[in-house]
Amino acid sequence: MEVFAKLENIIKVQDVSYAYTAEGNAANVLEHVSLAVPRGQFVAVLGHNGSGKSTLAKLCNAILTPSEGVVYVDGVDTRDEEMIYEIRQNVGMVFQNPDNQIVATIVEEDVAFALENLGVEPKEMRKRVDDALKEVGMYDYREHAPHQLSGGQKQRVAIAGIIAMRPACIVLDEPTAMLDPKGRREVLKTIRGLNRDYGITVVLITHYMDEAAKADRVVVVDNGRVILDDTPKNVFSHVEKLKGVGLDVPQSTELIYELRKAGYPVDSHIIDEEACVNEILRLLEE
Amino acid sequence: MSVIKTEHLTYTYNGGSPFEKVAVDDVNLEIEQGELVGIIGHTGSGKSTLIQHFNGLVKPTAGKVYIDGRDIWENPKDIRRIRFQVGLVFQYPEYQLFEETVYKDIAYGPTNIGLSKEEIDERVREAAMFVGLRESTLEKSPFELSGGQKRRVAIAGVIAMRPEVLILDEPTAGLDPKGRDKILGQIKQYHEAQKNTVLIVSHSMEDVAKYCQKALVMNQSKVFLYDTIENVFSHTEELSAMGLAVPQVTRIFHALGARGVEVNPDIFTVEAGREELLKLLAAHHVRKGGAARA
Repeated sequence: MEVFAKLENIIKVQDVSYAYTAEGNAANVLEHVSLAVPRGQFVAVLGHNGSGKSTLAKLCNAILTPSEGVVYVDGVDTRDEEMIYEIRQNVGMVFQNPDNQIVATIVEEDVAFALENLGVEPKEMRKRVDDALKEVGMYDYREHAPHQLSGGQKQRVAIAGIIAMRPACIVLDEPTAMLDPKGRREVLKTIRGLNRDYGITVVLITHYMDEAAKADRVVVVDNGRVILDDTPKNVFSHVEKLKGVGLDVPQSTELIYELRKAGYPVDSHIIDEEACVNEILRLLEE
Repeated sequence: MSVIKTEHLTYTYNGGSPFEKVAVDDVNLEIEQGELVGIIGHTGSGKSTLIQHFNGLVKPTAGKVYIDGRDIWENPKDIRRIRFQVGLVFQYPEYQLFEETVYKDIAYGPTNIGLSKEEIDERVREAAMFVGLRESTLEKSPFELSGGQKRRVAIAGVIAMRPEVLILDEPTAGLDPKGRDKILGQIKQYHEAQKNTVLIVSHSMEDVAKYCQKALVMNQSKVFLYDTIENVFSHTEELSAMGLAVPQVTRIFHALGARGVEVNPDIFTVEAGREELLKLLAAHHVRKGGAARA
């Protein structure tokens, strides 16, 4: 019966190291990383280019398998090739460039692509495609050609293609890096909605600190290791450490940090505008 | 004198067909020599089409473009010259690298215009210096480099042509915070050293506030504003309505003002915000101290 029990951690990375072996030199991109993602959590992963965060993402749905250690997806070892379809259905992946992910010439056909490959019944497929497009707010565009869409819209179609498979978890590797501010907002709103309303676990890899500030948890990767793993408030309170590894903090955090450095007694756990304004007002009332 | 000037510049895509779209609509603009300008506007606002007019990549449907006071389409055969005067770095320029070594890639343009070997060498080294590439990197294959380094190689390739005007279309797209600050810092240094005109298309209001002197805002194919950073960012509400958020630190100071604190609303960088708050807090403590003594 244990096979049917839903495990609490959808992804479990256990003491994983990974090396890309090219031309004989095999430097580890990840070094003994352990990380468990509980069902329903919204996790942001930060790290500069080359820190190993994309490798970590690819290990989560068996695009890569560990050189050392084990990754479990809903209890299944990702090295088990027989289970690869189950793993990828459970953990879907969205990449940076929307143009590289769209295969069909009509939006709804693109969303149906994976379902067709999985042999889903036509009636069920229709329902899942419609539901997925509605969930990302692209239903009205179902008969459009992808090239007529904006970057943000294309990225939402790519997300619909993933959620049509009804995964427990989506891993997104810098999904907003190529988008303008409007596209970024659309995609983030969609991702947050999927997490909040449908309980889908989200692993969001990003360079935008404001996106990470809204997650349940922030994991910071540097040099192949997890150096911080905590709530956004706690992670962003390490201003110097983050800057030291080439990352940023939200402007509200930085402003409060500067006041603290100047000797004012301020709360170092501030990551949004409103809290920042309130903290400054409090200082002025003292 | 203005280095770039447009008069009633209009560009229409697919003219005469049902898909006709006016991408640039009656734009009258003068950009002075030596400015560092941030160009902002959401996707589809016309900013990319506008900058492509500045080096003659697209020909206006109507109106004129002047570079250094010369109508660039007066003699269409002369347009190649304009491309040397105005260098354009596209989005994701690292995809255009193709040579065996970084050196050869940067040297490609100068070689094509028939410069001597010595002059090419001087230009390659100067351009590499401006974008912060080490000597040892010059002999590497561009494909061994990181994304940020590749992009700097591509920018060096355009700088090596010694353009009078350098235009960069979203030079930081897809880079991490460190790579972004490095590229923008190098561009600013280049601008200060060469004293030429630099235009940077950006989606980041924070970056425009931090690095540029002026901002040009495109909205619905027209120039909504072209002014100093202070004057442009004081239009917070209109910019927000266009989908262009002003920097978070600016919003914080506006919120403080709305809650009755007397602060300078024109704060666009964390550094300026810090100065303003420290001043405010110091004054507050003096007042409080005074009140206590009274």
